[in-house]
Amino acid sequence: MPHVVIANRLRDGIVVFLGTSHQWVEKLSECSPAQSEAEEEALIRLGQEASDRQEIVDPTLIEVEEKEGVLHAVKMREAMRAMGPTVREDLGKQAEN
Amino acid sequence: MYQYDEFDREFVEQRAKQFARQVERRLAGELPEDKFKPLRLMNGLYLQLHAYMLRINVPYGCLSSEQMRKLAHVSRLYDKSYGHLTTRQNMQLNWIRLVDMPEILNELASVNMHGIQSSGNCIRNITADEYAGVAADEIEDPRIYCEFLRQWSSLHPEFSFLPRKFKISVTGSPNDRAAVMAHDIGLRLYKNEEGESGFEVFVGGGLGRTPFVGKSIRTFLPTEHILSYCEAILRVYNQLGRRDNKYKARIKVLVHETGIDKIRELVEAEWESIRDGALNLPEEDIALIRARFTPPRYEAPLDSEDELKALREKNPDFDRWVDQQLAEHKQPGYSIVNISCTPIGKPPGDISSDQMEAVADLADLYSMGELRVTHNQNLVFTDVRRQDLFKLWQALVEIDLETANHGLITDTICCPGLDYCALANARSIPVAEKISNAFADHERQKEIGEIYINMSGCINACGHHHVGNIGILGVDKKNSELYQLMLGGSAKEDASIGKILGRGFDEDGIVTAVENVVDTYLEIRTDGETFIETHRRVGDDPFKERLYGASPKTR
Ligand code: SF4
Repeated sequence: MPHVVIANRLRDGIVVFLGTSHQWVEKLSECSPAQSEAEEEALIRLGQEASDRQEIVDPTLIEVEEKEGVLHAVKMREAMRAMGPTVREDLGKQAEN
Repeated sequence: MYQYDEFDREFVEQRAKQFARQVERRLAGELPEDKFKPLRLMNGLYLQLHAYMLRINVPYGCLSSEQMRKLAHVSRLYDKSYGHLTTRQNMQLNWIRLVDMPEILNELASVNMHGIQSSGNCIRNITADEYAGVAADEIEDPRIYCEFLRQWSSLHPEFSFLPRKFKISVTGSPNDRAAVMAHDIGLRLYKNEEGESGFEVFVGGGLGRTPFVGKSIRTFLPTEHILSYCEAILRVYNQLGRRDNKYKARIKVLVHETGIDKIRELVEAEWESIRDGALNLPEEDIALIRARFTPPRYEAPLDSEDELKALREKNPDFDRWVDQQLAEHKQPGYSIVNISCTPIGKPPGDISSDQMEAVADLADLYSMGELRVTHNQNLVFTDVRRQDLFKLWQALVEIDLETANHGLITDTICCPGLDYCALANARSIPVAEKISNAFADHERQKEIGEIYINMSGCINACGHHHVGNIGILGVDKKNSELYQLMLGGSAKEDASIGKILGRGFDEDGIVTAVENVVDTYLEIRTDGETFIETHRRVGDDPFKERLYGASPKTR
């Protein structure tokens, strides 16, 4: 299963993702997920370093999957973070698409 | 409204400055999250699913129009133009940026507001009857004692690191609107046979993982002893409450495991040693605090009843609203007005910045500048002249706050759930919205009558699901949402904890299940019986049978 790292950006709390480009991005769709254990480990290490530098909070490796060419977080909780509240489609990342 | 003094203002301003420096250090990379987290939580700042969330205290639910205007301004400028009213009578903002916190706290401090002690293992915001001071059924105004409790519990050095959080609620009416028996300490103010004022004190109530109804620890406590008695309870709890297991750390578990008689013995012994000390409240002190609540200047009532009657006859929507949203005021010619922030099919307790601002203006015009936040996530105007009711209603229609559902099935309590909350297992707001839509028809709601549906997105029970007549708890079952249904809870003076009826349902299934429960009730109720009365008479069986098919005896 492919993985990315998810976290909250320190200064504004906004959810950010880290994929194999090793750049923090605001949208899951802009991420290319880690496909191997080695890639995952690199993401975890970079996430921890960014947390130590106090740029992001709570870096966590999460599972993602591609459905019809679009990347989704597997767990409901992370899917919510990647999109925004389902009861306010005008808010969060879903509103920026 | 209570008028804060210099001491209060200085305290709030200093704390805002202190936290501003902590935020600066955090942003400069000098404070790691594990060190910063307890500091931000002490100021009501959480990190939730999408962003930071700020919980702003509204002490015992009392809010001035000026404060409401400030909340409108802050939520518009620093958030996404809305706020969420909570079951602790507070307001939460969901999209806060850490960099803005110093300015936000300054803004709030300018109207004596803050988030101090809205999180953490300390005494949280004191809650109270939303009609305090104005209700016709009130025996004595509980706000005076809430204010004493607020001052006593603010930064109390001995109780800043309790085993777990601690919640206190106060009512001055025999009709409990403050869910006092669902609190760590619940206080019911009344007069004894000699006509003296005092409290019945309940202890060890609470919801969450192990729900309990509070137990009476003292049937009559003269009002002058309120602080020393609470201090004695907190001391016993602070010493004996479990710190080894977070899930067993609340006072309810201590009371349950130790037994109320033993706890009473310990509390009374502790109290004996402090009862006549510095915490005693002589009548002069009580009078002093009472005087800081500016008394409303009531006018002699105009005889507007004929006019009101005619307006009601001409405007059926207004008539419905008057019928549903008003409560009896102690002052002739005035009404208490409930303003629903739970409109049909919308998130319960959400209010936009524009609505906040408009409501603040309306409070100035029609409620002597004062409003209340209710634990049911609605607002109250405390002092509305009956001759102004029609104008107020027309203004509420303009801002979509005229829903007439007070105490009806669509007036649900609902926590933020998985749409916002980092601890959630399932969404709760979409379920509340669907139930609300299913019962949108006003006539049907009236036919069903008084009923309370409460729902939470996890076992922490911020949505008070255990004390809903119908309670709904969202759980995560293999990464999909499942909803458990419970019946028989009540948050009122006849408090009880609901029990799970059977297997859970998916999102649409739970809505149908609630409809089936309600239909069953309508079929079997006797004349004038409310839902909870019917349930208490017949138990779970008829509802189970309807929902799960098999007869209870053969299951
Ligand atoms: S009950 Fe659970 S999901 Fe709901 S607000 Fe509380 S912690 Fe969050």
